[in-house]
Amino acid sequence: MLQTEDLVCVREERPLFKPIALSLSRGDCVEIVGPNGVGKTTLLRTLAGLHIEYQGQVTCEQFLYQGHRMGLDELLSPLENLRWYGALRGQNISIDDLSEALRRVGMTADAMTECARLSQGQQRRVCMARWLLDPAPLWLLDEPYTSLDQQGQGLLNEILSQHCAAGGAVLAATHVALEVAHRSVLEIHPPIRPEFGGTDLAAESAMDEWL
Amino acid sequence: MSLTELWHKLGSPRWFYQMSTHWVWGFGIAAIVLLLAGLLWGLLIAPPDYQQGHSVRIMYVHVPAAMVAQSIYIGMGVAGFVLFVWRMKLADVAIAACLPFGMLLTALALFSGSVWGRPTWGTWWEWDGRTVSTLVLLFLYIGIYALREAIPDAQLRARASALVAMVGTINIPVIKYSVEWWHTLHQPASFTLTEKPTMPPEMYLPLLVMVLGVYCFAGYNILSRMRIEILRREQGTRWVRALVTAPTLTGQR
Amino acid sequence: MNIGALWVREWRVLMRNRSAIYNPIAFMFLAVMLFAVGSPVQDNARGEYGAAVLWLIVLLTNMLSLDSLFRRDYDNGVLEQLMTTAPVPLLAVLVRIAMQWLFSGLLMALLAPLLCVLLGLPVRVIGATMLALLLGTPALSLLGAIGASITVGFARGGVLLSLLVLPLFLPVLVFGVSAVNASLGQQSAAPFYWLGFLSMLALSLGPFAATAGLKISLQMQ
Repeated sequence: MLQTEDLVCVREERPLFKPIALSLSRGDCVEIVGPNGVGKTTLLRTLAGLHIEYQGQVTCEQFLYQGHRMGLDELLSPLENLRWYGALRGQNISIDDLSEALRRVGMTADAMTECARLSQGQQRRVCMARWLLDPAPLWLLDEPYTSLDQQGQGLLNEILSQHCAAGGAVLAATHVALEVAHRSVLEIHPPIRPEFGGTDLAAESAMDEWL
Repeated sequence: MSLTELWHKLGSPRWFYQMSTHWVWGFGIAAIVLLLAGLLWGLLIAPPDYQQGHSVRIMYVHVPAAMVAQSIYIGMGVAGFVLFVWRMKLADVAIAACLPFGMLLTALALFSGSVWGRPTWGTWWEWDGRTVSTLVLLFLYIGIYALREAIPDAQLRARASALVAMVGTINIPVIKYSVEWWHTLHQPASFTLTEKPTMPPEMYLPLLVMVLGVYCFAGYNILSRMRIEILRREQGTRWVRALVTAPTLTGQR
Repeated sequence: MNIGALWVREWRVLMRNRSAIYNPIAFMFLAVMLFAVGSPVQDNARGEYGAAVLWLIVLLTNMLSLDSLFRRDYDNGVLEQLMTTAPVPLLAVLVRIAMQWLFSGLLMALLAPLLCVLLGLPVRVIGATMLALLLGTPALSLLGAIGASITVGFARGGVLLSLLVLPLFLPVLVFGVSAVNASLGQQSAAPFYWLGFLSMLALSLGPFAATAGLKISLQMQ
């Protein structure tokens, strides 16, 4: 479903991490872990096609991307947002499916409220409803636990488990461990960089540049 | 070497650097020779215009500047296209190199046009087809310059300026035509300070020499800037270090 | 992709954010008033410059509504979803630009009689003005969208937007003014055809360039 070979994301002509070889098939749930700033978000954006500077190979099937930003129009209600996403994909989602998805995430009460008036956590739940309605098997999620309360986190784990069990795959960058059965971890390591105050030639020239 | 091979080689900064060494020398010498010859010919030897007298000699500076300034912008548009389609990084180096000289030439064209206008029209500035198109060209240049200044990320900067350069290039003929049209509408008995085919050879030959000279100078300037930029961008590579760290230097790191 | 649903969304968003329509129009009338107050009182002079001032104000008003064309979607993440989910993002961008034109360019064309009277243009010019605005403003919206797409990633992209876009507006200004003045002087249909040509050219170039610009801007996030 997703395969990468020696993938290195590049920002401003600097490689962000050591090359990654990744292979995802149906039912896999992979967590991306690494220190802050190593490029987890950039990796996901590269896989989603939003960041084009990279080296290596990527083959990716139909996917769903959820970034840091909600992706919800704050002037529309959750219902209108979900309908719009369906229209974007060419789907004709029935009102039953919509209400089922909203019920699943617990947003039926606020289905017609402007998203601007919903809290971050509530908006996150609407995003989860969006995932449920999307037919794409591969989910690329960036920090999915953000803003979710205890209940919301439980809901997320449930949804992810069900998705993987039903033959989908999840690739998530997260600081909080996913509580999903059969999950594996992909560690991202930064490349070796000259240390500030070191004595090798590369470090000195880097310091010169800084000075 | 076949054309496709040449094209692929062009993508390599190192090959370009090595190949351009001769070109830079060639352009530089040709520029000096042509510009000196052209200036002497045009400013001293060529006959004065029966209408304008000696002030027509500004044409030998103004017209080449305007022509080459526009060509450089179109060159940037082409480089932008190459960058978008073939992802050639050298194309961005080319755009960055064309920008300063192009802006300078456009400013020179505007200034010399204004100086030319003073004895001819009686004013320091006149809004006619030519002046407006040249001024718009200056703004197109400034637009790309401002855009490049605003984006810190090199790759994004490359793509954004390539896009703007392409859009600007496509619009140049439209803008020129519309402004010429507007000018003929407003001043039906238009006396345009442009070269016409009815110019005697004593006048258009030195003009041609000047145009070629400015093109050569542009080539020299742009290639030199490209070379410097290549050295800057590739400073981590071995071939650049070998170039810069000559074996005769002692006592250095 | 369901174009109808895209339209519906644009409509809903615009109806809930009406200041995006009113503010530029208010600016337009404010500018007209400032011109009227600042210029000498003789009617003759006002009539001569009227067409130029009209088009200048139209250009600037269009610029105002351009800055926010993609900004909201860029900030709230809808744009990146659009680029990853939609099979043809170009269509969504085109629908957005079309909606912006409906409530800036088309609206200005409909308000043309009022504008002409306020600027002191003779009444017989009104028809030509409406037609000229109708034909010319799509070019403004489309070309402006290109600039807006590239500068959406900058926090203070307003001035850069003007710098990039106003040179592209120049031909529209030239032919627009000629079109209005044509009905004052000699009757000539040429400027109208040119305006139509410019809009067609912008239609063939603008959406593609705007989509490419948006993709570039998304990488800045």
